[in-house]
Amino acid sequence: MHRQLAILPVLVPLVAALIQPILALASPAAAWPIAVAAAAVTTVLATIALAAVLTGGTIRYPLGGWEPPWGIEVVLDPLSGFTVMVLAAVATASLLAGGPQARAYGAREPIYYALALIVLTGLIGMVVSGDLFNVFVFLELSSIASYALVGSGGGRALAAAFRYVILGTMGASFYLLGVGFLYAVTGTLNMADLAARVPDVSGSSLYLGGVVLIAIGLALKMGLFPLHWWLPDVYTYAPSPVASLLAPIATKAAAYMVARILLYVLRPVEAVGLPVGTILAWAGGLSILFGGILAIRQTDARRLLAYSSVGQVGYIGVGLGLANDAALVGAYLHILNHALLKAALFIAVGATALHVGFRTGGLGRGMPVTATVAVVAGLSAVGVPPAGGFFSKWYLLQGTLEARQPLLTVVILLGSLLAVAYMYRLTETVWRGQSAVPRVTPEAQPAVLISLVVLAFAIVAAGVGNTAIVSHVLTAAVPSAR
Amino acid sequence: MNYPYWAAIALLMLGLYTMIAQANYFKKFIGMTIFQSAIILFFLLTSVKRDATLPVVATPGTPSAAMMNPLPHALMLTAIVVAVATAGVAFAILVRLYATYGSLEEGVIAARVTAEPHEP
Repeated sequence: MHRQLAILPVLVPLVAALIQPILALASPAAAWPIAVAAAAVTTVLATIALAAVLTGGTIRYPLGGWEPPWGIEVVLDPLSGFTVMVLAAVATASLLAGGPQARAYGAREPIYYALALIVLTGLIGMVVSGDLFNVFVFLELSSIASYALVGSGGGRALAAAFRYVILGTMGASFYLLGVGFLYAVTGTLNMADLAARVPDVSGSSLYLGGVVLIAIGLALKMGLFPLHWWLPDVYTYAPSPVASLLAPIATKAAAYMVARILLYVLRPVEAVGLPVGTILAWAGGLSILFGGILAIRQTDARRLLAYSSVGQVGYIGVGLGLANDAALVGAYLHILNHALLKAALFIAVGATALHVGFRTGGLGRGMPVTATVAVVAGLSAVGVPPAGGFFSKWYLLQGTLEARQPLLTVVILLGSLLAVAYMYRLTETVWRGQSAVPRVTPEAQPAVLISLVVLAFAIVAAGVGNTAIVSHVLTAAVPSAR
Repeated sequence: MNYPYWAAIALLMLGLYTMIAQANYFKKFIGMTIFQSAIILFFLLTSVKRDATLPVVATPGTPSAAMMNPLPHALMLTAIVVAVATAGVAFAILVRLYATYGSLEEGVIAARVTAEPHEP
């Protein structure tokens, strides 16, 4: 049972996704509870697995009994266990809130939930995989399901979905080509095996090309400036339950892959004559500024949140690029914090209206609970204690100081100021401003409220409990990067 | 020289250029397919060996040096399946786009999208 803990978080959503269409024949109404239950079970299993990893060490599970490096293995260490738990927990909240929202936009529910669970399967599979090619397969599994989910909005969502197909495939293909380069030079696809062989080949140009292609492909999937073009349209025009599922977790799984592959497998990336870390840190810095500035200028609430995502992912980029202990802890913590706060904000905006334009502000005046949660999430994005966002930014600031990068310190502080501006604008106009239309949205449905309140508590808990998270989980994750 | 690799690189560049530069969504899709095929070609090239045979048809006792590496072929079978699935979703989206906007030209669709009401 112990070893199987590594693969169970992948299998549970996969099996649940496969039984959805069959079950739909009997009872379409069961689709939502089953999807939520599957995600919740996955969260519980991921938590048990993380606890087992923290006490008993890394779990390796060879699929089909083929031992690596020949077979494909699934690896659960503190970092991947932590990420899987975050992905599953946030997906549970999104799916719970997504029920009433999916009904509101008229989704064919069994198909919608089947695709949503496949997205979750793909993202978790990517994170636990110990094999570079398997990562590609899971990456495409989640991507193809998300193209279909985004496109299900019809109309302008279709155009956004098609550009997402093209750019997403481009990112995955760059990654695959990079893996091909690395395979050609090392002859292995297993991450642990490859990491052991990297010192022998780190001078070769094929290795360098592989690093660059993988970094570009994953940075595109992560939505890092200047490879973020696909992101704003997708998160603005996707149906709101889809946006609140994809926006918090899809870019985080890609960010985790950047960390895993660049810092744990292909290290030392700085030693090969190309400053990959510095470029990543500055791409992150520019993301923070660019995303923040564009977020302020938006007149559509969802597009504002999408640009805010570009900015917030930038923080993770800065942390992974600097790669000292404090910066890495900050980046990993921000994976958790940003997933929580972006889920809360997308659910809150989605609950208020399918699209909230600022010209029709004040739609949410009848929604005190939703508005409060949005403010809590906004404070986390800005970085006000005790919300979680403060602590990840605090560690990142320490990281920039340790790395003697005062310009990046300034960028992180500026990013918070920009977040103050756009979060104030969002919460003030949507939930408090004067309504131009003579209608006010009533408070959201119970399921949405439960999900929002849990997320708000989680945001504060991630802040208050940050010492526990860092000392028990993340410090165990960081040294293996050395 | 490794001419086949240059062919793979030429196809890669052609696909990438078509994906970025073409304004027609269907042509972008064609570029994407060329790009994916070029990567498949690249992987297969890494296993090609002069005067070598395939492990599945090799007689017992053939030294491993006289066999091609079968792994890239197996990987690319999976990549082809992935590419087919991507193509299926892309086609479905293109069909619905054409039904909605009556065109697959990026500029035309953008103009018709902007004309739609976007407020609730």
